[in-house]
Amino acid sequence: MEDQIYQLQYAIDTFYYLVCGALVMWMAAGFAMLESGLVRAKNTTEILTKNISLFAVSCIMYMVCGYAIMYGGTVFLSGIDGGETLVADALASKAEEGFEGGAVYSGASDFFFQVVFVATCMSIVSGAVAERMKLLAFLAFAVIMTGVIYPMEGSWTWGGNAVFGMYTLGDLGFSDFAGSGIVHMAGAAAALAGVLLLGPRKGKYAADGSVKAIPGCNLPMATLGTFILWMGWFGFNGGSVLKLADVSNANAVAMVFLNTNAAAAGGLVAALFVARAMFGKFDLTMALNGALAGLVAITAEPSTPTALEATIFGAVGGVLVVFSIVFMDKLKIDDPVGAISVHGSCGLLGLLLVPITNDGVSFSGQIIGALTIFVWVFVTSLIMWSILKAVLGIRVSEEEEATGCDVSECGLEAYPEFTK
Amino acid sequence: MKLVTAIIKPFKLDDAREALSEIGVQGITVTEVKGFGRQKGHTELYRGAEYVVDFLPKVKIEVAIGDDLLDQTLEAITKAANTGKIGDGKIFVTDLLQVIRIRTGETGEEAV
Repeated sequence: MEDQIYQLQYAIDTFYYLVCGALVMWMAAGFAMLESGLVRAKNTTEILTKNISLFAVSCIMYMVCGYAIMYGGTVFLSGIDGGETLVADALASKAEEGFEGGAVYSGASDFFFQVVFVATCMSIVSGAVAERMKLLAFLAFAVIMTGVIYPMEGSWTWGGNAVFGMYTLGDLGFSDFAGSGIVHMAGAAAALAGVLLLGPRKGKYAADGSVKAIPGCNLPMATLGTFILWMGWFGFNGGSVLKLADVSNANAVAMVFLNTNAAAAGGLVAALFVARAMFGKFDLTMALNGALAGLVAITAEPSTPTALEATIFGAVGGVLVVFSIVFMDKLKIDDPVGAISVHGSCGLLGLLLVPITNDGVSFSGQIIGALTIFVWVFVTSLIMWSILKAVLGIRVSEEEEATGCDVSECGLEAYPEFTK
Repeated sequence: MKLVTAIIKPFKLDDAREALSEIGVQGITVTEVKGFGRQKGHTELYRGAEYVVDFLPKVKIEVAIGDDLLDQTLEAITKAANTGKIGDGKIFVTDLLQVIRIRTGETGEEAV
């Protein structure tokens, strides 16, 4: 009887993990819609191609070597199905953990849940470099980012390995529940390196230093993308509890869902009204970024805050993101969708908020962890982008940029019957 | 015969069409156009940065009429499209050398 209950728990936890992974997979659709709405119509096909291709590249590279680098094991996932002794092994480790101990679930479900996080990290890069980067250079970067750069920092954090044998982040009191730093800030760091080498879109900054807005072409699409991301985030944070099938873990999962939702709401309302106060108008795109900022900010620790604290943390993210976007423009760092602000600035904020509600985590640990992730991803990305710039070139020609990447990169317009 | 070309605010199109029908104008051609006059463009705000809309959307109406209808036509359009605010548009009148109804081959005033 006990064995059967253990088997049932294994099945429920695996099922929960898979459903959450599928929700996170759906975030790729959210990013695709958000980005296609915030770029100009002439770059829509290209950004959609980029988003769906990067997802596929991420899945292949993480299968080839990424997962092995991050969590150990062998390349190409050999042996992930658990082999002939699967049931006996699972029951043995269940017996060791007990009913309320750590989660035991299918190895394949673990890979599935982890691989969609890599894709999320890579999706962040695509928005920031939109409307001017060569597709081939981007996909080449995706190979390295998802095959090596992300798995390395992942192995130091969630993988528990020492950073080049020097120090172990876990021992220093570092914690990042679902990846404010490991996924979001890492993506933003890679994006920042790319944008610095790529330069702003033509026409974004005038010769006199003034900022020229380049409005997105489809705000219904951007709003749908944000809703999809908001929904997918329940899998992102909820699945990161890793276990569902006992009362205390089921409660933790419920609390994580509640807090994730609360933070998004707080972030949206804060950004909406901060933008209203600063610019005099309700800026939808800022409000959308605000919701995502709240989500990123709560991701580092959605299980310990109260609902009120989560709302406030989200709101702090929503305020920060508006100032961060304006500040990035002052530095002439052109980010069409605000990805660096949403995922970078608010990812860091998320890490720094953890010690407020989680006693087991220290500020110093969070700062060292954030620095480790940022420096590693930023420097290696900068090197990779530089190599790609020298070998392939990373930017389309001025004429291609003016015509739009749809025609120059894909030979296909997104709205061929649309005239303006 | 005259060709009357009027550039008006888009939301005044229905009023103008009605006014022209009432005085017996048989047909009009409408085009969505963009441009600026003394109104110039205006600025809008997106993510904290301003952008200038140089060319504002307008509607162009073209009416071919006999000389006897000219004054009434001008009055009808002027009255219908007037808001009293800047940006109401303009009316241009040009001589029309020839008009041909394609179906029947009629020409001149008969074809208008």
